[in-house]
Amino acid sequence: MRVLVGMSGGVDSSVAAALLRDSGHEVVGVTMRLWGGESDTGCCSVSDVDDARRSAQQVGVDHVVFNFSEEFDRHVVEPYVDSHRLGLTPNPCIECNRHLKFDRLMERAEQLGFDAVATGHHARIGRHADGRARLERGADRAKDQSYVLHMLDSSALERVLLPVGEYTKDHIRSIASDLGLRTAAKPDSQDVCFIPTTSGRQGFLEDRVAFTPGTVVDTKGRELGSVPVVELVTLGQRRGLGLPGGGPVRYVIAIDRGPGVESPRITVAGAEDLLTESERVRSVVWADEPVSGQVLIQGSAHGEPVLGDLVPLTESAAEIRWPLRQPRVAPGQSLVFYDIDDQWVIGGGIVEPRAVPVSL
Amino acid sequence: MEVPFVYLDHAATTSPRRVAIEAMRPWLESNFANPSGSHRAAREARRAVDEAREQIAEVLGLGSGDVVFTSCGTESDNMAIAGTIAARGGLAVCPAAEHHAVLDPVQHLDGRVVEVTADGSVDLPRLAETLRELAAGQDAVTLVSVMAVNNEVGTVTDLEAVAEVVRAEAPDAWFHTDAVQAACWLDLRPIASVVDMMSLSAHKFGGPKGMGVLTIRDGVRPAPLLLGGGQERGRRSGTTDVAGVVATAAALVETDAERAVDVGRVRLLRDRLVDEILRKVDGAVETVPRSTSVPGVAHLCFPGVENEALLFLLDQEGICASAASACASGAMEPSHVLAAMGIDAVTARGALRLSLGHTTTDADIDKAVTSVSAAVTRLLQLGAERRSSN
Repeated sequence: MRVLVGMSGGVDSSVAAALLRDSGHEVVGVTMRLWGGESDTGCCSVSDVDDARRSAQQVGVDHVVFNFSEEFDRHVVEPYVDSHRLGLTPNPCIECNRHLKFDRLMERAEQLGFDAVATGHHARIGRHADGRARLERGADRAKDQSYVLHMLDSSALERVLLPVGEYTKDHIRSIASDLGLRTAAKPDSQDVCFIPTTSGRQGFLEDRVAFTPGTVVDTKGRELGSVPVVELVTLGQRRGLGLPGGGPVRYVIAIDRGPGVESPRITVAGAEDLLTESERVRSVVWADEPVSGQVLIQGSAHGEPVLGDLVPLTESAAEIRWPLRQPRVAPGQSLVFYDIDDQWVIGGGIVEPRAVPVSL
Repeated sequence: MEVPFVYLDHAATTSPRRVAIEAMRPWLESNFANPSGSHRAAREARRAVDEAREQIAEVLGLGSGDVVFTSCGTESDNMAIAGTIAARGGLAVCPAAEHHAVLDPVQHLDGRVVEVTADGSVDLPRLAETLRELAAGQDAVTLVSVMAVNNEVGTVTDLEAVAEVVRAEAPDAWFHTDAVQAACWLDLRPIASVVDMMSLSAHKFGGPKGMGVLTIRDGVRPAPLLLGGGQERGRRSGTTDVAGVVATAAALVETDAERAVDVGRVRLLRDRLVDEILRKVDGAVETVPRSTSVPGVAHLCFPGVENEALLFLLDQEGICASAASACASGAMEPSHVLAAMGIDAVTARGALRLSLGHTTTDADIDKAVTSVSAAVTRLLQLGAERRSSN
């Protein structure tokens, strides 16, 4: 096959290119230039492009750079900023996979006559008994990235290859080291690629969002403190709320920003008050058809999956009912559904904001 | 490269001339002396450098003392601009379609950028107006820099006309031109005669990379960028690259001698290339009229095509071409030249520059016409299918 492999400049995608080449594919490496602004981490910096290009040279495949910065702005950065304005907690990496790697890049790959797009994600592509493709957890469970790839439905998977998902991260590093790749010992990327580590999320957002101060209250409405930037507060947060130390651990259980609210109000309470019996998700992508019934549900990239009942509401919305009450997930985050044996992805969607209870 | 390829990126770097390669060899192999030394080997090297300088001066119609060797066209441009502002203060002015090697130092030094016309050449009435406005204020314009030939679209500037405007509106300003793209196609004597400073780059006319020239007329004294051993009469310190200098001279002398023939031959090739592509590809547009551009550049836009994809397909077919300028990461950036010319973003995204040189053949053109038409047709078709399926 002719395969276009996305190379971020990290160890996984460098080895992905090598594995594909060794399997006899005709391979071209591509680095997407996504972020035009300042950044010091992630797949957007010139030094990462250098690493990707050098790895491609060492592996012996051609390497090109595509400029998708306009699309990245439109589909990832702007929604990320807007989400904060609306009090949501977005996951930009998922949106980048959805709109850039597996849409824009896939489209470009087809234009250029490639049969598949590959990446260095730790996840596997398996098959149902009837032959349909399905996204499975990576062989290295601790490094599994199926959560951030949940938007790949069975037809999309026919044009995707995930070669490193078959191996442990240690093994991938040892392959890189055997090949003499300069990415062999490069640390895993942790941060959002377009946010500089020096100024952080607050520094990035302060130029783009009008920050509002907020009041921190308890469930009785008593004022406990204040925060300078309500846009940076997340549901479930327990630090950085300006509360005096020594008291009971309190979590953010509601962020009430109006309309009709004079100053945004953050309600904190004990862990018990964060629990909920259900969540609603929108923008749901199903691996095939909508599924109902008992599934495992994961609420963060490396979180533990929890048993839940899935009730599809429409083609793209669903309700999740928890047999055992669960801490609420911040709106904007994704919930991903796995089969009951925790092997493969059934679908996933984005947690909807809900109406704040008026007064507790 | 193992696959036979068609090289149509001569404006980026043209094929090295045999005479240039041969000229370098003795100064790398047998006499490797530093020409600043005081022994016989140094004297011999020094003689080679002096002779080369004379040969270049002769081609340019200047005195040999006017020729300063630098490490590249970019350094020459920077020296002309930053060196002038350092020496005289005041403001630098340039048009918006200049190469970044001019545009960036001018902007960095808070200079003024003037609009260009639809073909990419400086808008003369706007230049005059800008110089007049600045003269009326407190700002002395000390440098005006206007390129001889645009590096993307190939448009030739009437430097005589620009010089008149500069003399009339900013008589004290030094007039610099980036003539990097002119050397292969235009007689450099009339250009050198109307400017105070002129930048050249050796690898654009068959010399080696890493060699530039800045001509500096008598009485014009930009401050040096590099201080040190005082080479080049103190104007550009740094050990002289003897092999580079002699190769630059050899390449320029041959380019000058063969120019008339090359211009005629390449113009026919370029015209056939453009005509056949326009005939085969619906919607293809010529970016600037051929009458205004040098014979070596064919610049076309294919609205609806993304040039990153086009360049990839051409590369697969063995065609080396280019689009806009690439950024540090190697990604294509939207062209500031096309934007300055008022070309809309969608059209500019489909820009392709095929640049020809002294080694381009008829067979190259045949192959390029076939490959470009096929690639553009494929991309337009797939784009239309995707739009209709969405």
